[in-house]
Amino acid sequence: MHVAMRSRFSRSGMRVCLAAGMVLVLSACSRSIMDPAGPVAAGERTILLDALAIMLAIVLPTMAATVAFAWWFRAGNTRATYRPDFVHSGRIELIVWSIPLLTIMFLGGVIWVGSHRLDPGRPLESRVRPLEVQVVSLDWKWLFIYPQQGVASVNRLIIPAGVPVHFELTSASVLNTFFVHQLGSQIYTMNGMRSQLNLQADRPGQYYGQSAHFSGDGFSDMNFWTVAVPVGQFNNWAAGARGNGPVLSAANYQQFARQSQGVKPFTFRAVQPGLFDAVVRQQLPPAPGPEEGRGGHTTTSPGDAH
Amino acid sequence: MFGKLDWSAIPFDQPIPLIAAAAIGVILAAVLGWITVKGHWPYLWNEWITSVDHKRIGVMYVMLGVVMLLRGFSDVILMRTHQAAAIGASQGYLPPEHYNQIFSAHGTIMIFFGSMPFIIGLMNFVVPLQLGVRDVAFPTLNSVSFWLTASGALLTNVSLVIGEFARTGWLPYAPLSETNYSPGVGVDYYLWALQIAGVGTLMSGVNLVTTILKMRAPGMGYLRMPMFCWTALGSNMLIVAAFPILTATLAMLTLDRYLGFHFFTNEAGGNPMMFMNLIWAWGHPEVYILVLPAFGIFSEVFSTFSSKPLFGYRSMVLATLFIVVVSFTVWLHHFFTMGAGGDVNAFFGISTSVIAVGTGVKVFNWLFTMYGGRVRFDTPMLWALAFVLYFVVGGMTGVLLAVPPADFLLHNSMFLVAHFHNVIVGGVVFGAMAGYEYWFPKAFGFRLDEWWGKLAFWLTVVGTVVVFGAFYIVGLEGMTRRLQHIDNIAWYDWIMVALAGTLLIAGGVVAQVMQLVMSIRHRDRLRDETGDPWDGRSLEWITPSPPPVFNFPVLPDVHGEEAYWEIKRRAIEQQQLSEVPDYQPIEMPRNSPTGVITAFFCTSVGFALIWHIWWLAALGLVGAYVTFVVFAWRDEVEFEIPAEEVERVDRARRESRQVILERGAPA
Repeated sequence: MHVAMRSRFSRSGMRVCLAAGMVLVLSACSRSIMDPAGPVAAGERTILLDALAIMLAIVLPTMAATVAFAWWFRAGNTRATYRPDFVHSGRIELIVWSIPLLTIMFLGGVIWVGSHRLDPGRPLESRVRPLEVQVVSLDWKWLFIYPQQGVASVNRLIIPAGVPVHFELTSASVLNTFFVHQLGSQIYTMNGMRSQLNLQADRPGQYYGQSAHFSGDGFSDMNFWTVAVPVGQFNNWAAGARGNGPVLSAANYQQFARQSQGVKPFTFRAVQPGLFDAVVRQQLPPAPGPEEGRGGHTTTSPGDAH
Repeated sequence: MFGKLDWSAIPFDQPIPLIAAAAIGVILAAVLGWITVKGHWPYLWNEWITSVDHKRIGVMYVMLGVVMLLRGFSDVILMRTHQAAAIGASQGYLPPEHYNQIFSAHGTIMIFFGSMPFIIGLMNFVVPLQLGVRDVAFPTLNSVSFWLTASGALLTNVSLVIGEFARTGWLPYAPLSETNYSPGVGVDYYLWALQIAGVGTLMSGVNLVTTILKMRAPGMGYLRMPMFCWTALGSNMLIVAAFPILTATLAMLTLDRYLGFHFFTNEAGGNPMMFMNLIWAWGHPEVYILVLPAFGIFSEVFSTFSSKPLFGYRSMVLATLFIVVVSFTVWLHHFFTMGAGGDVNAFFGISTSVIAVGTGVKVFNWLFTMYGGRVRFDTPMLWALAFVLYFVVGGMTGVLLAVPPADFLLHNSMFLVAHFHNVIVGGVVFGAMAGYEYWFPKAFGFRLDEWWGKLAFWLTVVGTVVVFGAFYIVGLEGMTRRLQHIDNIAWYDWIMVALAGTLLIAGGVVAQVMQLVMSIRHRDRLRDETGDPWDGRSLEWITPSPPPVFNFPVLPDVHGEEAYWEIKRRAIEQQQLSEVPDYQPIEMPRNSPTGVITAFFCTSVGFALIWHIWWLAALGLVGAYVTFVVFAWRDEVEFEIPAEEVERVDRARRESRQVILERGAPA
């Protein structure tokens, strides 16, 4: 089941790559964070490149000077003047403290502005009303609840392109991180707490999403595709999802929250209202860990494909 | 009887740890057998194991560090080869429960049992010599510190075959590390190994701070101490301030796991994020605990091999103390992605960048130390130059990660992994290597082979550039760290590049070992007769190599910033050594088995608590306490070295010093 799912994912991944016809900078199918698909990722990339440029302006000359000084003042160079008493110079001290200080002050401004403008909790500027998605990280799968549509999706995030998405996130058990690197900001999911995140996909496409914080044995394959589709198609999908699939109630949530790996994407046709809040408030208790096994070792629950 | 311990704790079904353990067992048995057959036990026991001589303890610390660095590197080989074989449809050869132990052990071992002992060992060996004194403030405590660190290392390695190691990463974030999600003994091994070693580190910190503040040669004011002593002071003050936080944090997690407390649990009012705050309140200063002494080593190396005093000495002292203070105000940058909001993130982002001012000043001062000098490219200097080129890049990516919006993209990625290896390998490991090459002749009386040393240098430097260069790029492509299986085939090429780089580093490691072997074999040719092989400037070079147990026949009188350089210059100008002093008998502390016996009992306590063998834990605690009582009631504290013996040693030293006079004016 596991392997089958993966091959299907990579096939669809290939298709997206080919269809998009992106500039492939580094490898055959590269969709790096340098290739943003939304305003948040684009803003963050800009800040990243700006900060890099500011620092390179002193780092590169420093590196060059290191090599130049070492080479010119090599012991064998008779043309270089030996000045063993050159051990202090007020003017050089002033420069030596000023250069990094000024750079960091400038960068500090970038940090201050950037931290506020790109704060994950800050709503995106848009004329369109944001889509609400509630995210629960479980061991080891993702649950995406669409309260406005009344449906939920597992291990696949469907969003309308061009529409801001407001995420509320929590964890069923251990600390985790929600990350779709082409859309921007990652954010922690924590049990008993509610994180906020605002993202938007500017164009339809499939974006690789992952769990970016180690969370135990099933961590590596706790990935999901984020599929951005045109608004009409999104509404069709939601309507279709309401038509079939199981219902997510408090009772079967607790069953679902048990440890498992390699769960194929599927949808719930209905979600018990207030389920997400119940997880955050711990009215639904934190999900259990592994069953204890022999001596030092522990087994994971059934579904472990490895 | 044996608590949770039974035969199922031994992973008979997993060949890799079994084979590794068998290999270690065979090597260990061979070494012990050889010692027994050759009858070296009395020598080892009297001269090393029970020694309270700071030089011997320093050497043992470094040896422990080297062995553990090799262990940590073998984890690297497993991780790199596994990941290269676990992309797309391939599954590699390590199941998650094993792979997760390996990366956790790699980080834990490299930081706590590789880098820390290496750096502490260098400080132990060098600081009293540079200060012109005979030992550290508390010599027996020093031995206890070392053996407790060794206990921790031992427990960590025992977990390879008996039970398991933590599978939670090198910092066991709650709630994953709580009993609910990690019911095995792995986290317990981690906790007790680090608690025991941590106590050793804390005591070592107290010892060195006291030594530097209270025990300097006559005339050596604070602003005449060599730069390495200043950075050692900074580092050890950080140990004293930060390690109690680690001890308390691990104690709280221990209470959670053993007695059902709720400090960091999800339920009952526990707060897992508090664990993150506390562990990083220790963890970020820890970075500077490691790297400050490395900065000190580079300062010594730049100055010696440029034949110039350190440029901007006072500025360097200021920058060091600046880093010490600011390092406590940056911890939150390890979790910007918690979502604390713009104000909090901006504050910690800026405070983090501010640290770069201190390091920037240091880099510029090293550059101006070379300016107007006569630079010699011996192996220590090569490491120092590579360090500067490397560290400015690592520092730059560090500041990049301190920009919260950039961190939102790069947090937990391979870019982050590349960054901290860039600074820890480029700073701490290169520093340790420079210090090892630089002070080896002092410790053993012969130099290390330059050819093998330079080969090791080039292979290691090129290898690390390849590996971490690949990590930077694949991190920018979105790859997350700690993947046991790589789902995204787009990252394949760079993982292969990293594997190739690892092979280069492996070559460097082999060359480094070969250097030691070849140097021992050719030690007569490489002998350091003068005690001053590099034309040094601080007091450790005034003594013979290796120094006598009492270091200095008479404590040197210090008259300037470069104590030994001034003495040497005067002697060369006048073409005669200073007058023969009036030799007095010297009192030195007696050897004591307290350290090794305490550590034996502490290891038992740790092992017993991990496996819930309560009677053994009680027995170990009583044993450790009795050891302490016996030591406290000892009658004879010191032994006396007669004045004639001191004179004899110094006469030999003075004869060899004639060579330096004949060598002429300082290079």
